[in-house]
Formats: sequence, C-alpha cells, structure tokens
Amino acid sequence: MPRKQPGSSRIELLQGTLDMLILQTLAWGPRYGFGIAQMIRAGSHDALQVDTGSLYPALHRLERHGAIEADWGVSENNQRVRIYRLTAAGRRRLSAERSRWQQLADAIAGAMAPPAKSDA
Amino acid sequence: MSIARLLRLGRARGDVEIGEELESHLKMAIEERIARGESRADAEANARREFGNVGHVQEVAREMSGSLWLERFAQDARFGLRMLRRAPGFSIVAILCLTLGIGANAVVGGWIEGILFRPYPGVANEDRLVHVAGTARGDPEFTDLSFPDFSDLERESKFCDAFIVSKIIGTTLSAGDRAERVTGLMVSPNYFEALGVRPVLGRGFAPDEGTGWNAHPVTVISYREWQDRFHGDPAIIGRTQQYNGVTHVIVGVAPEGFIGTFVGYSMQFYVPTSMQAAFDPSGYKLEDRDARWIEGFALLKRGATLDQAQSEVSAAAARLASTYPDQDRGRGVRLLPLWRGTFDGAQNLMPTLRIGLAVAVFVLLIACANVANLLLVRSFVRRHEITVRLSLGAGRMRLIRQLFTEALLLSAIATGCAALLAYWLRNSLALFFPSSAGVVYTFRGDFDWRVCVLSAMIGIMSVVVFAAVPALQSSRADLSGALKSDSRSSSGQRDRSRLRAALVVFQVALSFVLLVAAGLVLQSLQSISDASPGFSTDGVLATSLNLFAAGYDSSRAKTFDDRLVQRIRSIGGVDTVAIARSLPFSTRPYDSGPIAVDGFVPNADEQPTARYNSVSPGYFATLGIDLRSGRDFTTGDDESSEPVAIVSETMVDEFWRGESPIGKRLQAGGRWRRIVGVANNVKFESLLDAPRALFYLPLRQNFSTQGAIFIRTRQTPDALRRSLAREIRALDPRVAPYEVLTLREQVRRATSAQRIAVTLLGMFGALAMLLAGIGLYGTMAYAVSQRTRELGLRTALGAAPSVLLRLIISQGLRLTAMGIIVGGVAAFASTRLIAYMLYRVSPRDPRAFISALVVMVLAALLACVAPAWRAARTDPVTALR
Repeated sequence: MPRKQPGSSRIELLQGTLDMLILQTLAWGPRYGFGIAQMIRAGSHDALQVDTGSLYPALHRLERHGAIEADWGVSENNQRVRIYRLTAAGRRRLSAERSRWQQLADAIAGAMAPPAKSDA
Repeated sequence: MSIARLLRLGRARGDVEIGEELESHLKMAIEERIARGESRADAEANARREFGNVGHVQEVAREMSGSLWLERFAQDARFGLRMLRRAPGFSIVAILCLTLGIGANAVVGGWIEGILFRPYPGVANEDRLVHVAGTARGDPEFTDLSFPDFSDLERESKFCDAFIVSKIIGTTLSAGDRAERVTGLMVSPNYFEALGVRPVLGRGFAPDEGTGWNAHPVTVISYREWQDRFHGDPAIIGRTQQYNGVTHVIVGVAPEGFIGTFVGYSMQFYVPTSMQAAFDPSGYKLEDRDARWIEGFALLKRGATLDQAQSEVSAAAARLASTYPDQDRGRGVRLLPLWRGTFDGAQNLMPTLRIGLAVAVFVLLIACANVANLLLVRSFVRRHEITVRLSLGAGRMRLIRQLFTEALLLSAIATGCAALLAYWLRNSLALFFPSSAGVVYTFRGDFDWRVCVLSAMIGIMSVVVFAAVPALQSSRADLSGALKSDSRSSSGQRDRSRLRAALVVFQVALSFVLLVAAGLVLQSLQSISDASPGFSTDGVLATSLNLFAAGYDSSRAKTFDDRLVQRIRSIGGVDTVAIARSLPFSTRPYDSGPIAVDGFVPNADEQPTARYNSVSPGYFATLGIDLRSGRDFTTGDDESSEPVAIVSETMVDEFWRGESPIGKRLQAGGRWRRIVGVANNVKFESLLDAPRALFYLPLRQNFSTQGAIFIRTRQTPDALRRSLAREIRALDPRVAPYEVLTLREQVRRATSAQRIAVTLLGMFGALAMLLAGIGLYGTMAYAVSQRTRELGLRTALGAAPSVLLRLIISQGLRLTAMGIIVGGVAAFASTRLIAYMLYRVSPRDPRAFISALVVMVLAALLACVAPAWRAARTDPVTALR
C-alpha cells in the first residue's frame, strides 16, 4: 500500500514522472540509488519524496529498457553501492520526456490560467 | 522479522544483489539521519519505517529486473506451500479429489500400457515386434497361418529379421504319479534370440530343432517352474519333464520376469515347433500348407517401418497364392501392431479398457470441477490478501501466475499420490479374473516412465482445467469493494457464486451420465443372466477331458470314454451323461470347417463354412437342447454306419431356406452326411450375438481325444466334483482332472467383460455421485452462510423454520435439476457408445434414466439437508447484529 507521508507540503508524484526525474538526475552524472533519492528531494526543496518502493523498481525497469546502466562501485564513505549512469538511449528518452512534460505543463498552465478576454 | 534477515531471504544471485543494494541504501539513510542529529535508535527506526516493506520492494524490484523465471517459480512455490499449509482442510480435500481423478487415469493408463502396448515383460525387442495374422477373402476375421507359408515368409522378407512362432498349448505334465495341467508355448527355434531373451541357465533352441516329426523333445522351462517345482536346482539342465506323455529334456531356464508372449497367461514351459504332433491330436502339420495353426510375430529390422514390411509381406503372400493356388488362393498376410493383437487375451479386454478409460476421464473431470469449486471458495476467503497484493502493485499476470503455481503444487502432490496408486493397482485387473487350475492368469498392468509421464501430463492438464477460472476470477478482484472488511454485495462475488453453481451443474450432469451408464450395463447384465443360451444351465455340470494329453490314441480313448460314462451313470443322483468335443463358452473355440449342401449354390469366390461340434448320444437331453424334428444320435451311429448330422435352425434358414432338411445331405470333413435331425439354436461363443449356424456330428464318426463331459444331476456340484475326480482317477491316474463347473458358471464367465464394466461403472458412478454431492453440499453451505442476514431477517419477520428449510432445499434441487437435464441430454446422446456391450437393453432405456434420476435426487437431498437445517435454525439476533 502507498505509505501516507506526513506533512502536507509533500506532493504525490505524477504517474510516469519518476522515470523522467531519475533520468534528469543521472544526466548530471552517475549516481547510486540513495543519492538519486536525495537529489530529487533536495532539488524539489523537500516537496518530492521518492519512496524506496518506487525508486528501485523504476531503476531496474529503466535498466532493463536500456535507458540507464549500472555497475558496482564504492561510495564516498566506502559503502559498496550500485552506481547508475545514463546511456545514449536514456539521453534520447530524457529529451523526449522533457518535451512531453513541457507540453503537459503548458497545457495545464493554460487550462488553469484565468480566461483571456475574448473579442466577442 | 528483521530487515537483514528479510534481505538475506533471497537465494539467487539477483536477489542477493538487490538485497545488498537495498541494504546499502538503508545504511546511508540511517547515517544521514544521525548526521542530522538523531540518535542511532531513532535513526534506524525512522529510516526503516520510511523504507517501507522490504519484502515487497525486493519483490517488485526483482520483478522489474526480470530475474530468472525459475527463481520466481521457486518463490511462488514456497509461498504456495505456505498457503496450502495454512488451509490444511482445503488442501487435503483438493489433493484427495485430484488423486482420485489423476489416479483413475494413471491406473487405467497402466493397464493399457501393460496389456496393449508393452504386453510382454522381459522382451528386449518388444518395440520391433508385430503380430502376423492371415486373411482370407470373404472372412472378416483373421486366420492362423500354415507352417510352410510362415517359413516361406521368413525366407523372403528383408524388412523383418525373424518370423517367430508362438502358439499357446495346454498340456498334461506328469509329475510322479499325479497328472497336472500346465500351459506353455510352442515356439520356433529363433524365439528366445529374436525376442532378446537370454536363458539364465542352459540355452534356447538350436536352429535345427524347429523341424522334424517329434524329432527334438527338448524344453525350456520358466523361471518360476524352476523355482517352484525344482527348488532352483542348479543341476536342472539335462533332467526330463513328461509333457503329454512324451519325455522332454530340459535344455534351458527362461529368465526371471519373462512370462512368455501371450497376454493373460504366465507360461510354464516352451517347446520347439518340431514337437507339434506331440501336442496336437490332429496330427503332424509342419509340411501341410492347408493346416493353419500358427500364431506368431515378426521382428522388424531396425529402422524398418510396419508399412515397408507390410508391402513386402503382401507381395510375398501374393506370390504364395499364385504358386500354391489350391491352398493359398484368396489368402493374404497382415502385420499388426502389438496392441491390435489378434490371438491373445488382449482383444477380450478391449471393451473393459475402453470403459475403464471413459470412466477415468469422467472421474477426472468431476474431480477437477470439485477442486475448481473449492478454489473459488478459497479465493473468496483470500480476497483480502489478493486485493492487498494487487493494490501493492503486483501485476495481474503475476497474481495469476501465483495462483497457477499453487494449483500446480496441488496437482503435483496429487500426481505423486496418483502414481503410487497406479503402482499399487497396476495388477488390479487380474482381480476380475478368477484363476483356475493349471492356468496362471496375469493381467499385468505396467508401471513405467510412460505411465508417469502420462500422469504428469494429466496433472498439468487438470490444473489448466480446474485453476483457470478461479485464477482469472480472483485476479479481477474489485479493489475498492474488497478492501472493505465486509463486502457481501460485491459483484465479483455474484459472478463467483454463479460460476460455482455452473460447476455443480456440470458435476451433477457428469455423474448422471455415469449413473445412467451403470444402470444400463447392470440391466444388461441382468438380462444376460436371465437369457437362455438355448440350453439349460441348471443342474448340469461340465468338465474338460484331455485324453490326448495323457497319451491316449483314438481307440484307447473310445474305451476310456465308454467306461467313464458307465461309471458316472452309476453314481447316485446322475440322470444323464454325455461327451462332446467342444464345451460352450470355453476359451477353445468350436471347430469350423468348409461345407457343401446339396442344392445350395454359393456365390463365386465364397466358401460356405459352419461351426460344428461332435457329440455323443444323450448330448441333447443332457444339455436340454430341444430337437425340433428328426431324431437324436444313437449308439448305432458309429464308425461303421452311414455318416449322419444334426443341424441347427439357423443353419436350416441359411442353407435350406427354412425347408425341412431331414433326409438331405451335407458335406463336411470331406464326407457326405445325411441329416437326421434339427436342433434348437444355441449360443456357444457370445451371449450378445445372434446364434450362429451350427451342426453336430456323432462323436464316434468324428472322434476327438480332447473334449468335455456333461452330467445332468440332482447332486450338488461339490458332491459330484469329488465323485467324478474319484472315478477318473480310478480309471487312470495319469488323466489330469480339470475344473468342474456348472454350466451356469461356465456361461457366467463368458460375461466377464460385462461384469467388469458393471463393477467399474458402478464403483465410479457412486464415487462421482459422492463428489458431486460434496460439491453441492459445499455450494449450498456457502450460500447459506452468505445469506445469513437475509435468512435472519426472514425469521425475524415471522418465517417458519420449515419455510427456510424448503427455501434452501429447493435452491439445491434447482441446481440438481439443471444438472440432471444437462446430463440427461448428454446421456441420451452418448449412451449408444456402449451399445456394443448391452444385451436386450436399449441405450435409451427409460428405467436406467429414471433410476439414475432417483438416485441423483436422493443424493442431492442428502447434500442439502445439513445446510438447510442450519438455515432453518438461523438466529435472527446474531444474524442481524
């Protein structure tokens, strides 16, 4: 069951946006799972909290689709971690998702904006 | 459960990696919290809480990473086992039902395997063995072959490695001063080598031992004979055995487990074909192309197909027909796969095996319906769990796979039990066949990997049948409705109860068909028992008499017969005595021969034949066969008087178009005979068929050293049995006594196929009814528990308990009625499939349908009583709370 997060300032992730967020995070450089979650949270000023239960399935799904690849490495404090990096296919996918997201955001913004005065 | 332990749960590499990844994530989360100033304990607790259900995360992640199918299956199986253990009642009932269904099929599969497909244990070359049978133009049945033809075929065939003679012979074994009956095979010298059977001691037969007139009195004895009669004497080779009064030297001992090549019998000894005349009262036949007595096999060359061999053999047979037109015109040779065996016991078992198979399939279907029903109930009990899994993000396919895995587990366990059952019951068919002296019956089912594979396949197929509907059903769970604790009105449930009702209807229908079939066969058996074979079966005893086997020639045998008849007459309580060549309904068929009739012109290319029996004076009186006209044979009809014959009514119809044949002539056995009487029709081979054309000759004019004695007596069979054995022994202790049976028993044995069918259908019909009853009970009990509120409300509003009782019972009966209608239509359409074993009973006999209906309704009432009773006693207070 989805865990109820305390704090109303948190926003539920829209379906499908997690993949995009992950890809975008990795676009700035390879990173391991915990780091990705941290970065998304920090980048959204704590508004977006990525659930572990969604993060890892998403990572593995993206890996299987070839958008990202992973290798075992060592974190800054000597923890053995799996480090994910974006592939060329992932980069393409990110740009596609980004433009789709832009369209969606524009559309929603347009719909939410106060109606423009019509000439009639 | 600690997270660390959860994380370690996974065994496969992918699991370990995912576990490690998640573990590092958790550690980092904790460290971060500590860095932010939380205490270690708080940090751990919070991080863990935030982390969520590790098992779930792991599962979903693993799913996404697409790790091994097998690993997922193992996980499903582990989970499934846990679920089965959690509901032992459900699991046990389901496994029992499936065991019954799969087991019935495995047992019958074992029978078929052991009797039709791999009938000869210990034969290494069984795969390449085919039956050889003769054909004759105008004769629908297969014939035996002559020794010269058989030898020529072997010489000419390139696709066959060998032609093997395998002819069953019963004989008398002289053991000390006593005589015993034994059964063996007369075989060609290549027998053991061609079959791939290596004697454990001594040798098989040498190539030159196949021919010559009683030239090679040697024998190979069975392992069991060696053990039982000679106590495993290692110096057995070179010792002798007396068969039919001829001393045979034992040259070999057949290996353990090899029982010969004749379905239904365990052979005790083997002799080469050169000894033919010693075992056949009709004389030396090895050079006679007209004497057809050979039964046997061909051994296909490795890689040769039956078709190749057949076309070659057909060509050879055609050459024989043109080379020897007098003997072989219109004759051919057929090669047949073992399961179509023409001469041994397998064919007699075909109807039994067919019925067994049909019944087993029915039981399996009913059992599957029952388990499907149970699974539907169970899926309702588990709806909460399933809904949680669905809402947690488990895919529908994933869930269906899980449910199928559980079903597969059930089926796997049941298949294991079924295999055990099949192993234990592999020889159960023999239980239907009473053993008789001197004959070791073995109807040996087989249990090998083929039966295992068959069982497993049936198991898997049954999973698809019984698990598909419930799995699809429950995976469609209604998320919003089912999560609520009380969801009595959810639509999924209504679908489900409709499904369950359909399953019950299906079960009732199948059981009904089985019950109707059982009723029909039972009725048929009844009318067979009531039917008169044309002779009276009461107060007549019969026993076989084999003087040839005791070394008698015709003249000595005639004296023996006369003295024996005299002695039996003097026993108190004996009315009449007669001797005849053939015994009705025995395993040895009546003689059959070509005939000619004055004034009867057969179609071109057609040789009229008829069965005949040679009988002593008094035969008709003893068996109670009416003479319609003319006279009986007398002692005056002997070797020196005019040859005479008595014909049956059917024969009159066929050859004299119903006119009186008395005084006219009939040619049989190369002699013209004057017809002196017409006898009532009798049946002597099958009670089901119409009487065949039959004529009788005086025993003295067509003597046989093998025959049967018939005694009409007021004495009990047991008393007479002893007197008879005493009289025979007094005359000659070397004559082996045969079993003494009443003619009633003799006829009854001819109905074994029907009786087995009755037993099987009755047993499984009852079983099917029980299963259907359980299904109905379950459905009704569940319906009552679901309607508790409604029933309580009715009670509160003043409904009497009897009203509620009727309400539930009528609901149950409605289902039953629907089942009976469906089953009735199915039975109406399908019972003609067993018409071949019905005697004077229409496959649509209303009595069978009505009694099946009554039985089914009674069973349904019984199944509904308990739930209805519970409904009637619904306490409105608790029900409405």
